[in-house]
Amino acid sequence: MKHFDQTNEFDVIIVGGGITGAGTARDCALRGLRVLLLERRDFATGATGRNHGLLHSGARYAVTDSESAAECIRENMILRHIASHCVEQNDGLFISLPEDDIAYQTTFVESCRKAGIDAEVIDPQEARLLEPSVNPDLIGAVRVPDGSVDPFRLTLANIIDAKQHGAVIKTYQEVSEILHEGNRVIGVRAYNHVTREMHDFYAPLTINAGGIWGHGIAAKVGIRVDMFPAKGALLIFGHRVNNVVLNRCRKPANADILVPGDTICVIGTTSSRVPFEEVDEIRVTPDEVDLLLSEGSKLAPSLAATRVLRAYAGVRPLVAADNDPSGRNISRGIVLLDHAKRDGVEGFATITGGKLMTYRLMAQWATDLACQKLGVDAKCVTMTEQLPGSRPCKPKSERKVYDMNTPKFTAAVARHGEMAAEISSKTPCDNSFVCECENVTVGEVRHALEKWHVNTLVDLRRRTRVGMGTCQGELCACRTANLLGEVSGSVEKAESELKDFLQERWKGTYPICWGDALREAEYTRWVYGSVCGMN
Amino acid sequence: MKMQELNISDNNFEQCTKCTACTVYCPVVPLNALYPGPKQAGPDGERLRLKGESFYDEALKYCLNCKRCEVACPSNVKIGDIIQLARIKYSRKKPSLRDRMLASTDFMGSMATTFAPLVNQSLKLKPVKWALDSVLKIDAHRTFPNYASQTFENWFKKNAEPKQKKFKHQMTFFHGCYINYNYPQLGRDMVAVMNALGYGVNLMDEEKCCGVALMSNGLIDKARKNAETNIRAIRHEVIDEKRPVVGASTTCIFTMRDEYPHLLGVDNAEVRHEINLATRFINQLVEDGKVKLVFRKDYHSRIAYHTPCHMAKLGWQYHSISLLRMIPGLDFVALDSQCCGIGGTYGFKKENYKVSQGIGASLFRQIEESEVDFVSTDCETCKWQIEMSTSVKVKHPISVLAEALDLDTTTKLNLK
Repeated sequence: MKHFDQTNEFDVIIVGGGITGAGTARDCALRGLRVLLLERRDFATGATGRNHGLLHSGARYAVTDSESAAECIRENMILRHIASHCVEQNDGLFISLPEDDIAYQTTFVESCRKAGIDAEVIDPQEARLLEPSVNPDLIGAVRVPDGSVDPFRLTLANIIDAKQHGAVIKTYQEVSEILHEGNRVIGVRAYNHVTREMHDFYAPLTINAGGIWGHGIAAKVGIRVDMFPAKGALLIFGHRVNNVVLNRCRKPANADILVPGDTICVIGTTSSRVPFEEVDEIRVTPDEVDLLLSEGSKLAPSLAATRVLRAYAGVRPLVAADNDPSGRNISRGIVLLDHAKRDGVEGFATITGGKLMTYRLMAQWATDLACQKLGVDAKCVTMTEQLPGSRPCKPKSERKVYDMNTPKFTAAVARHGEMAAEISSKTPCDNSFVCECENVTVGEVRHALEKWHVNTLVDLRRRTRVGMGTCQGELCACRTANLLGEVSGSVEKAESELKDFLQERWKGTYPICWGDALREAEYTRWVYGSVCGMN
Repeated sequence: MKMQELNISDNNFEQCTKCTACTVYCPVVPLNALYPGPKQAGPDGERLRLKGESFYDEALKYCLNCKRCEVACPSNVKIGDIIQLARIKYSRKKPSLRDRMLASTDFMGSMATTFAPLVNQSLKLKPVKWALDSVLKIDAHRTFPNYASQTFENWFKKNAEPKQKKFKHQMTFFHGCYINYNYPQLGRDMVAVMNALGYGVNLMDEEKCCGVALMSNGLIDKARKNAETNIRAIRHEVIDEKRPVVGASTTCIFTMRDEYPHLLGVDNAEVRHEINLATRFINQLVEDGKVKLVFRKDYHSRIAYHTPCHMAKLGWQYHSISLLRMIPGLDFVALDSQCCGIGGTYGFKKENYKVSQGIGASLFRQIEESEVDFVSTDCETCKWQIEMSTSVKVKHPISVLAEALDLDTTTKLNLK
């Protein structure tokens, strides 16, 4: 394994630690390039981690955008193979309700087949047997190979593999300046939010994978990338209501996808334009909550009486086609901009547009461009090479968790695949749960803290699901803070992290705080306010 | 904001606020590290099990179904039920021969009563105990209750039934397996007391084991059949004959009232309110001024009352205690409300013996220190556990009443 930790010179600098950046870092590293990835916060904090977690079959785009649909189904099949631990192969239903035009079903199925999506019309009764939570009034159903994908895990797996192939990964380092000599970008200047220092990094090629923030990154060298921030709000329910993805068989609209993922299910989304100034402070409004609940319960009526856990919103990095600055012709397709050709700026490229589903293809395109520019002849292997976590299980002798089949470790194995074997289970303490809702052990938390670029408790949540269960940190926050304190050796850090973590959890609870969620939030307030003496 | 006002969860486990009171009150948790505790096994586990069956943990068998978690829960989560239902739904372990034997109280009882003297003697023999222990994994420390040579039903038909019609009021007695096969004397006491109160006693046309032991040992289909038979018979008693159905065992009554609908899917809504426990039935009659009790002047004893877990769950211990405290010659000692550890058939299993005795240890100590003549409780398995683990005998409150009442005077008073 090669390490470039000590150097500040690379072949490629990737800006942005979302799924696109992580995937590009992995592809570049697999092709032998010296890679640096800079992320201003933590992995998957932007649109990557703020969506449904839907493993699209492409059916949703089949009628309106057949190119995207065809990309989706190809990547869908690849992800099932290379990222099996991030994917749940649930299948999906596109249902028609009495108020929907059943004629649309025919158009829909034809378009799906044209895009290569295996869409099968099934009897409404069969649909009810397949997914008992579905609205019993449905008049039509089409079965498609939808699924669920965990974006946090997928990003982490790409990061881990990139690192294993020599990539240098730096989080909490924000690009403040693009360094250039004339019309040639030669590197970046980054501010380290942890050490509060500036560092310069150099590479013949810098790839902007900043998602919606890529607009601002490009602007640092005077390049205009026209983006249209579109906010989408979603609700997380306290448990899985459905096991099959539910969609409406009509033109894509609000709150018409219900995705089961891990222990929860998610309804979304809304869609509204937001100004650039607001993309860092997105909040979910009461009207959006209402809309999501009322539309969602048309898909699965039991949602109306299911506890809502959180509300959240993401910003889609939609890109306007270059010849259409008005933004009317917005594409969900992949956009790779070689700024040398487009703007006359050498050494700088932007990879954007696309979707979580097509991140691997985006990475492939970006890496192909990098290889071409750097004169490297290496083939892309990411369509077949499995990610860490989706590889065969290690022999018992090499494991730290010896009996991975015990129910105690079922959750950890589901989260990390064969990587769970690295988690320590030596002592009863290692095996005790930090997070009781999601079955996260002390061993898993320590492993994440030590190995997986965890700087804050919120980062830890993205690695392990700590605090993502029904208690939303009530019982686990103080335990994880304690472990963070131990590993980092700083009580002050543990304390301030605990506050930030609870505040972050509260942000998601606030828009849906009624009923049992309110009781629980009040109890949490009492635990931390009255018992722990926090303000 | 309309949807938000309406969105209140129907899913009972979502009402859990993770306060963990249930786990604090669970008697098993401090003694068995393998048991995840009611919060984990119940609402937390349920959420995971919805994701996949692989999250089912066979360690849920360590739950002794005492329901103290439900009593402790401030959010009214049916934790014990969630655990029982998960065992019914997900457990892939087939019940062993031992579990089948322990669970089939009425089958084993009807076999054993036929050869009662032989069975009673042989169950006390060391080689038999050794065989039970090593082959069947029924702990050798356990003493089996004696089997009676005549069942209560047979005694009743021969000796009591003809006299019952003369009483103005009529009730139906659900005797349960224990009274029928092991301890008909309690049934005879029940008949004597009820008759003295002016009530004629009837038995149901067909009575089956309530099914609690079948449920906890995974024999759900058999339990459901029993429940259906019992509810059919109870409907006849309550709706056609207008007779309340009264039992002496807390667990049988608790099971028929509160476990049949959601654990076995047997609807009891129409008759549930008429299924009653003997001490509560009598105490209610006394409180309503419908019956009068006259006690013997020469009755003296010091007794301690133990609240069975299912009595605590029913919330009816008040009735037994208040009946006992009516007895003038009785020196009453209240024991702390805690589990004795037996959990029905739970404590008989070799793997649970240590935990079972550990749970009851402080109760046994309190009983020994209380210097009572005997302990009173409404549950037969608590009785076995306390008699095995202390030097004190245990009597049912109905038997205490039968001893303490001046039956003749009471009878005359209630005839008017």
